[in-house]
Amino acid sequence: MKKKLISALLCTSMAASLFVGCGGAASNGGVDPDAAADETAEESAEDEVVTNTYGDPNGTHLEMWTFVELHAQHYGVMAETWNEEHPDQTIEITCTTYPYSDMHTKLLTALEAGTGAPDICDVEVGQFPNVVEGLDQWLVPLNDYAADYLDTMVTSRMETYQGEDGNYYGAPYHVGATVMYYNVGAMSEAMGLTQDEVIAKIDAVETWDDYQALGEEYLSSVNEEGKYFTCVDTGGVDWLWLAMAEYGDDWTGGFTDPANVQLDSVKNMLTMQQDWLKSGFAEVSPDGHIDLEAGFQNIMDHNVVSFPKAMWYMSRFTNYMEEEAGNWYIAKCPVFEAGQKCSVGIGGTGTVVTQQSQNADLAATFLCWAKMSEEGEQHIWDTLGFDVCNAALWSDDSFAHDDENQYNSFFINYPYDVLNDIGMDNIGKISVVSISPTINEYLCTTTLNEVLEDPSYSIDDALQEAQDAIDMEQ
Amino acid sequence: MKIKNFFYSQKVAPYVFVVPFILSFAFFWVYPLITAFTMSFQDIGAISSDWIGFANYAKLLKDNVFHIAVWNSVKYMFFTLVLLIPFPMLFAVLLDSNLVKAKGVWKAVLYMPALTSVVISGTLFRLMFTEYTTGQMNMITAALGLGTYKWLKMGWSGMLALLILACWRWTGVNMLYFLSGLKSIDTSLYEAADIDGASGKQKFFYVTLPLLKPTTVYVLTISVYAGLAMFLESFMLWAGNSSPNNIGLTIVGYLYKRGIEKNDMGYACAVGVVLLVVALIINFAQLIINGTFKKEED
Repeated sequence: MKKKLISALLCTSMAASLFVGCGGAASNGGVDPDAAADETAEESAEDEVVTNTYGDPNGTHLEMWTFVELHAQHYGVMAETWNEEHPDQTIEITCTTYPYSDMHTKLLTALEAGTGAPDICDVEVGQFPNVVEGLDQWLVPLNDYAADYLDTMVTSRMETYQGEDGNYYGAPYHVGATVMYYNVGAMSEAMGLTQDEVIAKIDAVETWDDYQALGEEYLSSVNEEGKYFTCVDTGGVDWLWLAMAEYGDDWTGGFTDPANVQLDSVKNMLTMQQDWLKSGFAEVSPDGHIDLEAGFQNIMDHNVVSFPKAMWYMSRFTNYMEEEAGNWYIAKCPVFEAGQKCSVGIGGTGTVVTQQSQNADLAATFLCWAKMSEEGEQHIWDTLGFDVCNAALWSDDSFAHDDENQYNSFFINYPYDVLNDIGMDNIGKISVVSISPTINEYLCTTTLNEVLEDPSYSIDDALQEAQDAIDMEQ
Repeated sequence: MKIKNFFYSQKVAPYVFVVPFILSFAFFWVYPLITAFTMSFQDIGAISSDWIGFANYAKLLKDNVFHIAVWNSVKYMFFTLVLLIPFPMLFAVLLDSNLVKAKGVWKAVLYMPALTSVVISGTLFRLMFTEYTTGQMNMITAALGLGTYKWLKMGWSGMLALLILACWRWTGVNMLYFLSGLKSIDTSLYEAADIDGASGKQKFFYVTLPLLKPTTVYVLTISVYAGLAMFLESFMLWAGNSSPNNIGLTIVGYLYKRGIEKNDMGYACAVGVVLLVVALIINFAQLIINGTFKKEED
């Protein structure tokens, strides 16, 4: 009898711990690397909860949650500056850094419960649809508070954090503009040209055909096995986003239309990539995408000499590929047809103010100032290294051409010159809605592996399969 | 006086002692268990939740990705049982015999992996199994003239990587369970066997193995659960929850995907309930077969 009781207890506790275990395992996982990969290296998850309080102890108290400690420090510094400039409206801000999934789960639970949410909170772009679902019942619309800055803020980035009602609910850190990175050092060596001659050729690239011609010229002069001009991703959809931005497509359908991945832009990009793979022009990125250790090694071995990636990838160079300093040049991405948009904003974190805040007015004013004003943007660029959303600064010489800045000195050209060249209106938008995770996941696990690991696989079939899977969810 | 009587009462005392456990068990285990069960019949929305009957379960039946996840978890569980019960048992017997020198060192070496974080070891294994030519596994296979492989993109090699990680991590732990089981076997039984002229093999099969059975059943039970509930290893090995063609997706990985990534808690709870049922069925079956529920003979 005793044994029976023990067995029964054992089973019940085991059963129960299955559920508890799930939650535990998830939080141990810390960060969602997919999400983290979209951010800079500094944005890796913290395993521990870190709490810091900054500002004036006698000022208005604000609570702030984030999943990246560097973000918390940003608000700390900004709070000190704010207090100096606004002695009659001082604030004290307590920033708590939680692991990625813990923070988002806690926030959602608090919003649903109607109590316990902080005044200000960071929300990773992949999680944004879950949080913005509550619209102005949960979050404070930032339209009025951001009004002073909106003229010069990159519109597409502000729209990423829009709710279904058209209000802006999140303040962005960065544009995440996609640009083309070229290894001018390796190219000039292989092609027997000076750096300036190579740069002139790169600057002349306008369409993907031009790009391919340049790549073929490089490959014929390097003539070595294992060398490619670029690499394509099976574990990321950045290339496809770029294609959609160029054609003005959006596979999520936004808030109104159903998702549709069978778009010409997507087909064109995949067809071009299959051709590249067949001809040896490109390879599949080792381990799926270029933002992983094997990708960094591949770059350092000069096996690939160009690829499109968001501006925040610059920090990967300074953090993991220091010896590449001086080799790389940043340029606009090629387009399918002249006149198309040539960039798209990727990744990101939007910061929200919750309706539960006792001081929502002050919190929103402070947030917009800390993330959109010139002071705020200067600090973001210096410490976080993001391409800031306030385009007014892009052409500010002391800001954009500061040689003390590590990115300005690492690359051959100034990153902000490229952004100016692209122009804020030529940066396409990524819609992030509730179907987005489903699309990304299916493409990255199945479709891209099918068509790129086997370049003879029918793109139409693969996209049809993807569409069927997505239709099941909408 | 009454209070004193209460505390000195032999009938009441045991209940007082178990109250903290019962309370935490009820709050943190039974309550979430019941909530999860009810949530599995709901569509959990941002503002309100609706009762939708068995719709979540009906969807599970048609969900191919979920089927892949279940199949992966079951495969993983099966192979961990095959690898993580006989070998640790063998090592424990060896360490308990006089054949091995420096036993403490071996125990420590085998146990050490269990102390490292899965986040760290998973990342290291991911780097070892990279498809790039400088990865450790590819260096080995290339040196043997076997060429290089895309380890984490093929079903069999992905599972192999998971199993190697599991063996590396859990062999020492299971071995310690078996060692403690061996310590509780009365040495006079071996002496008696010696007098009867039993060979080493006979002693193992007729004395050690039967007397180790309680330990084996325990290890089996927790291994079934651990195998089915595996998540973090796969999450770290593929640097995220998305593996090519879902070769590394497990039931709990799917639960995480639905619950956290897609914020569909109702559906995730249904996944959890199915996992619970599968684990309970397998474990009850093996406990019944092993006779754990039989009345004690003595």
